[in-house]
Amino acid sequence: MTPLSSYMILSAIVFVTGVVGVLIRRNIIMILLSIELMLNATNINFVAFSYYLDNVAGQVFVFFALTVAAAEVAVGLAIIIALYRGKATIAAEELNLMKW
Amino acid sequence: MGSLSFLYFGTVIVLTAILVVALRKPVSSVIALLVMFFHIAGLFVTLHAEFLAAVQLIVYAGAILVLYLFVVMLLNVKEDDSYQQQFRLGIGLGLVALAEVVYIVSAAGLPEEPVREPAAAASAAAAGNTETVGRALYTTYLFPFEVASLILLVAMIGAILMAKKGIMGPETPKAVQAVESK
Repeated sequence: MTPLSSYMILSAIVFVTGVVGVLIRRNIIMILLSIELMLNATNINFVAFSYYLDNVAGQVFVFFALTVAAAEVAVGLAIIIALYRGKATIAAEELNLMKW
Repeated sequence: MGSLSFLYFGTVIVLTAILVVALRKPVSSVIALLVMFFHIAGLFVTLHAEFLAAVQLIVYAGAILVLYLFVVMLLNVKEDDSYQQQFRLGIGLGLVALAEVVYIVSAAGLPEEPVREPAAAASAAAAGNTETVGRALYTTYLFPFEVASLILLVAMIGAILMAKKGIMGPETPKAVQAVESK
């Protein structure tokens, strides 16, 4: 039987990969994809805890995380399309309109 | 058997997660993410969350990734020729955070085996995963469930509002002007 800690370490690896992706990629679509990685890492954690502590609340939370992820993707991609229409680029370092 | 399947799914999940971040072409990253979603669904099945495995495949692999592919192809994104200049710092910070989490998890004393009472386990097995989740959703978590539907409605309206031409900002966007002036 796999101990709970191995699921947590797996989810930590995926989460940190997502964080590194947000930090190092230049393309906004890739940054959104890295955020998906992070959300999925938390989902793995929730489901593992739900199984090991015998509580269905973890799975319900994954369901809500999924809803929020779907909303985030829809709004995020709409913002990207609006940005591309306005500035003709989706490179993160060229979008510095609000930088002081 | 249980640890063997965990080893397989875990290895593929970690490898594809790294590929998603490292690959230069956005389309290849999206395909790597697709493989990762399938293996996460497999991991959910080994954790007896069959309903979530199905939802993972339908919503993530079916809807969200298609949306990503659609936008990647619509915008005709060039492949990244380099990462951000602070990428060494980013990877270093990531490794530090990972080491910290591994230390905390190893020191926390988490349960090795699933904690469950025999009677509760028998009733849960008899009811089935989908029924158990559905019951919890429509009784204990009814209010958050309704709020989730509101979030989806707001996201839908927001996405239409932002992506539609002419609702916000000028009729002739800068991208078109730049092409016309060339």
